[in-house]
Amino acid sequence: MSGEVKAGQDTSRAPSSQRIQQVAAPPDVLQMIGGQITVTIDGTDVKVPMGTTVLEAARQIGIRIPTLCHHPDLCVAGVCRICVVEVEGQRTLQAACAYPITGSLKVKTHTRKVRQARRHILDLLLSTHYGECYSCKRNNNCELQSLAKEYGVDFYRFGHVTESQYPKDESSYSVIRDMDKCILCRRCVRTCIDVQEVGTLEAVGRSNRTRISTFLDKPLAGVVCINCGQCINRCPTGALHANDTSDEVWRAIDDPTKHVVIQTAPSPRAGIGECFGCEPGTPLTFQLNTALRLCGFDKVFDTNFSADLTIIEEGTELLGRLYRALVKQEPAAFPQFTSCSPGWVKYLEHFYPEYIPNLSSAKSPQQMFGAVIKTYYAKTHNIDPKDIVTVALMPCSAKKFECNRPEMAGSGFKDVDYGLTTRELAQMIMEAGIHLPDMPKSGFDDPFGDRTGSGVIFGATGGVMEAALRTVLELVTGRKVEKLFEHANIVPVRGFDGVRYVELPITQVADEVPALIRHVIPTFEFLKGATLKLAVAHGTANAHKVLEDIKAGGKLSECHFIEFMACPGGCIGGGGQPIPTSPEIRAARARAIYAEDMESDVRKSHENPAVARLYSEFFTDGPCGHLAHELLHTHYTARGKHIG
Amino acid sequence: MQPSDSRKTPLTFDTIEPGSGLAAALAKSRADIIGEVSASNLKGRGGAGFPTGTKWNLAAAARVHGEAAKYVICNADEGEPGTFKDRVLLTAYADLVFEGMTIAARAIGATRGLLYLRGEYVYLRPHLEAVLDRRRKAGQLGADILGTPGFEFDIEIRMGAGAYVCGEETALIESLEGHRGEPRNRPPFPVNTGFMGQPTVVNNVETLASVTAIFAKGAAWFRGIGTEKSSGFKLFSVSGDCDAPGVYEFPLGITIAELLERVGGTGAKAVQVGGASGQAVPASQFGRRIAFEDLATGGSIIVFGPGRDMLHVAKNFMEFFVEESCGQCTPCRAGNAKLLEGIERLERGACSSAYLNELVRLCETMQVASKCGLGQSSPNAFLSIVTNFQDEILGRTPADR
Ligand SMILES: Cc1cc2nc3c(=O)[nH]c(=O)nc-3n(C[C@H](O)[C@H](O)[C@H](O)COP(=O)(O)O)c2cc1C
Ligand code: SF4
Ligand code: SF4
Ligand code: SF4
Ligand code: SF4
Ligand code: FES
Repeated sequence: MSGEVKAGQDTSRAPSSQRIQQVAAPPDVLQMIGGQITVTIDGTDVKVPMGTTVLEAARQIGIRIPTLCHHPDLCVAGVCRICVVEVEGQRTLQAACAYPITGSLKVKTHTRKVRQARRHILDLLLSTHYGECYSCKRNNNCELQSLAKEYGVDFYRFGHVTESQYPKDESSYSVIRDMDKCILCRRCVRTCIDVQEVGTLEAVGRSNRTRISTFLDKPLAGVVCINCGQCINRCPTGALHANDTSDEVWRAIDDPTKHVVIQTAPSPRAGIGECFGCEPGTPLTFQLNTALRLCGFDKVFDTNFSADLTIIEEGTELLGRLYRALVKQEPAAFPQFTSCSPGWVKYLEHFYPEYIPNLSSAKSPQQMFGAVIKTYYAKTHNIDPKDIVTVALMPCSAKKFECNRPEMAGSGFKDVDYGLTTRELAQMIMEAGIHLPDMPKSGFDDPFGDRTGSGVIFGATGGVMEAALRTVLELVTGRKVEKLFEHANIVPVRGFDGVRYVELPITQVADEVPALIRHVIPTFEFLKGATLKLAVAHGTANAHKVLEDIKAGGKLSECHFIEFMACPGGCIGGGGQPIPTSPEIRAARARAIYAEDMESDVRKSHENPAVARLYSEFFTDGPCGHLAHELLHTHYTARGKHIG
Repeated sequence: MQPSDSRKTPLTFDTIEPGSGLAAALAKSRADIIGEVSASNLKGRGGAGFPTGTKWNLAAAARVHGEAAKYVICNADEGEPGTFKDRVLLTAYADLVFEGMTIAARAIGATRGLLYLRGEYVYLRPHLEAVLDRRRKAGQLGADILGTPGFEFDIEIRMGAGAYVCGEETALIESLEGHRGEPRNRPPFPVNTGFMGQPTVVNNVETLASVTAIFAKGAAWFRGIGTEKSSGFKLFSVSGDCDAPGVYEFPLGITIAELLERVGGTGAKAVQVGGASGQAVPASQFGRRIAFEDLATGGSIIVFGPGRDMLHVAKNFMEFFVEESCGQCTPCRAGNAKLLEGIERLERGACSSAYLNELVRLCETMQVASKCGLGQSSPNAFLSIVTNFQDEILGRTPADR
């Protein structure tokens, strides 16, 4: 798990453009001291490994040192200076987050000098901070605000700006930039360049003219940005937030002529409790259903249903590609890439457009659901699709961009009208006076009430792969997955390693191909003795690694199928999830998701009866058939790196 | 005008035969080279005054990470306002500078040298390249230097782009690596994690030339000049209200009064020692010595005559820092602007003494909490003027402007 600043990490680097660099301590020194050093912080001794920062050491013994530019997912910056402490023998104060312990130290964390410096730093930050807490998205969830409280700021010692200095950038469907509230901690910059390797944001200008900007100061919609919102999740203030469409959703709910349906994805359900004070990893799936009905949604559906549908379409597509390539010797792009993470899709369109043929043409579960609602559901329920408003609760800011892609309207109607983030829906629920954790539980609405565990685990990195494998392996081998993996838990694809590679030999194949997909792949015989090669990557920095390996003809180029998620940890770490985020929080959300999978009665997509019904009643020419192509599949746009 | 014309005293460097220092150094073991530098008590001439022998020792002991090499960097960014002595050295004594780099390389085991040249000095580049070429042909650079088996070293010139902060050694390294010129966190220091993450020695132009002199004439000779704690001679860039501004060489330990005498600046109201980041010394303190134990300086001396408005002087310096702060850390980015604003208030007679006291405390915060030497020293001028010239700056009315 990438996480806290590791012992031995290079803490010297300047904030911009830096990479995490490992600098080993000289081994002889390490041996001499057994790798452990005792430091004294505020009179208490603590033994830590060499290279641990003063901040980490202090946290180990429960001493709180305030931070702003530090973030557990990011490399050290040492720029805000709020974490300064006194180190005995040093003329100046030292930034605790950036000071590696390489010898014994005596540290004091709240002397007069330290307190004065912290107050001054806060006052200086506030002197240029334009914005009012009560009209701010981060009210009560803002690191600057809580430090102001903690340090008893009761007046603006160095004045306060009274006028906006920067125009708001509201060009993007996904991310809004309000630089009046920016404190120049550069967490967004480090996120975008180090975690995502996109590099949209950069500090420009010097001194008090420094600001965070984009290429040539263009609006976000006009530069290369994958809409992942990871910058939002790591911004300590309200300077970055998602493009909120909850007012439009309220308006639709208020309009009696509109039939407003909402689908909820698994990750927000594992995260939304955090907005109501619950511990990370508290699943509120069924309480949420009740709350949503109280809010006024006409129907509450489970995105798991369309996740299962995605597995059938994408799995069929994969088998079809294999058959075309191996049996018919026709060209087919391998490895096949998943396409359900819109941040990842846009990353590929910008940086590797030559690999667009590798992307599965299957739409994401969000979009598939929208398309099914505006067609099949409208028809079977006798509702004019123009009167249906489809809302999607997603952990993701990129989903907002995705639902506005012009190609996402195969039925003649926009598949999904509004994508709401976890944070935005939590806000709506609060506004309705509902305390979510207190809600009684209730189920999902029919006709899509049937759900499987496979759909749930889409939320965690490796989940799409696991779901696809549960179906593909079972269909191809004709054996229950439970026979191959205990409890059908395909553990090798799980975890948080940035890139994971798995090989699965196929020793036996089913005699007969299920009727549903026989039109695509008439026999499995050719797969006997083959080895399926698979990989999983999350965070686009890792996607970058995988694509470079493929480009260079490395091991990953031989893969058949690769799952990509734009966000670290997968959707549970999405850009629309509750703030803060950290490796621990994401792991807790992932545990909630896997627990929900284990509790599901049906755990394989192809066993979802509602999905089977949909194929028999509506998509009668089967997965990847004509109608499916029209409604459930899409195409992509080569964007390149220079746009706008 | 030849920049070298600015020399106002004979320089010791005139007496050093190029080549003699390097030859003497190469006759010694690497440990003895460092021993000699330590024995000379040479301290960095770039301003901070770190003992050069100690720096080299650390770099020599540091481990290379992976398959790479150690580096020697000559800091020729000379950005401190009022400093122009490195230009003279690069113009007239480039051999001694390159020789110092070569000796440093031998001492720490470096194979590559970089000279980071101030953007405005680009006109010196052809001259410097020619010197390098000549040295290569003479076997003083390249493989097996002067017949020393296995000693390989060469020097490359890189241009700065005019940012003052890029003279700070870690910002300089960031800039060399192609990043925004912003200082790094220290520790780790460049001697362990420098250019490309490798052990790196960064020395000032004059420090390196002095090394060559030390090997040509011996550490004992060098130690015989100057004071107990500040050995040797030093170049001074003298400017401002004096009869003969220019580059001077004096032994360290000279008092301000003596220096003013020599440069025709007697009667001055104040002397700025150490450039914009130094301090304004009032006439009452002209008996103080210019030495690491009293007033340390990279060599910038600015003389302020009786007619100078010290508030204006302070404003000028603060404007410089508001321009040149890299903007990375809060105390410096926002603090300098607040100090400048305070000066503007003083100009208008609109700064309460309570607020002025708050600004003085802010200066303390900037000195201890800023990330690099720029923000740590930028309040010095403000503080020294507010403290030493209180009567002059307080109680102004808008008409005084
Ligand atoms: C803001 C700032 C600017 C600096 N500019 C220079 C410079 O122009 N030239 C220089 O030699 N050192 C400069 N220094 C000092 C260097 O960081 C470093 O200490 C020096 O190059 C080390 O060489 P020395 O030990 O030989 O003096 C500067 C330091 C700071 C904080
Ligand atoms: S960013 Fe924080 S401090 Fe600023 S207005 Fe918003 S909540 Fe308040
Ligand atoms: S949304 Fe993602 S790509 Fe866009 S600026 Fe933020 S981190 Fe970078
Ligand atoms: S936008 Fe947010 S994360 Fe980025 S520098 Fe500003 S305050 Fe920090
Ligand atoms: S002290 Fe000033 S110049 Fe140095 S890092 Fe901070 S902002 Fe940059
Ligand atoms: S948290 Fe340490 S400098 Fe910002």
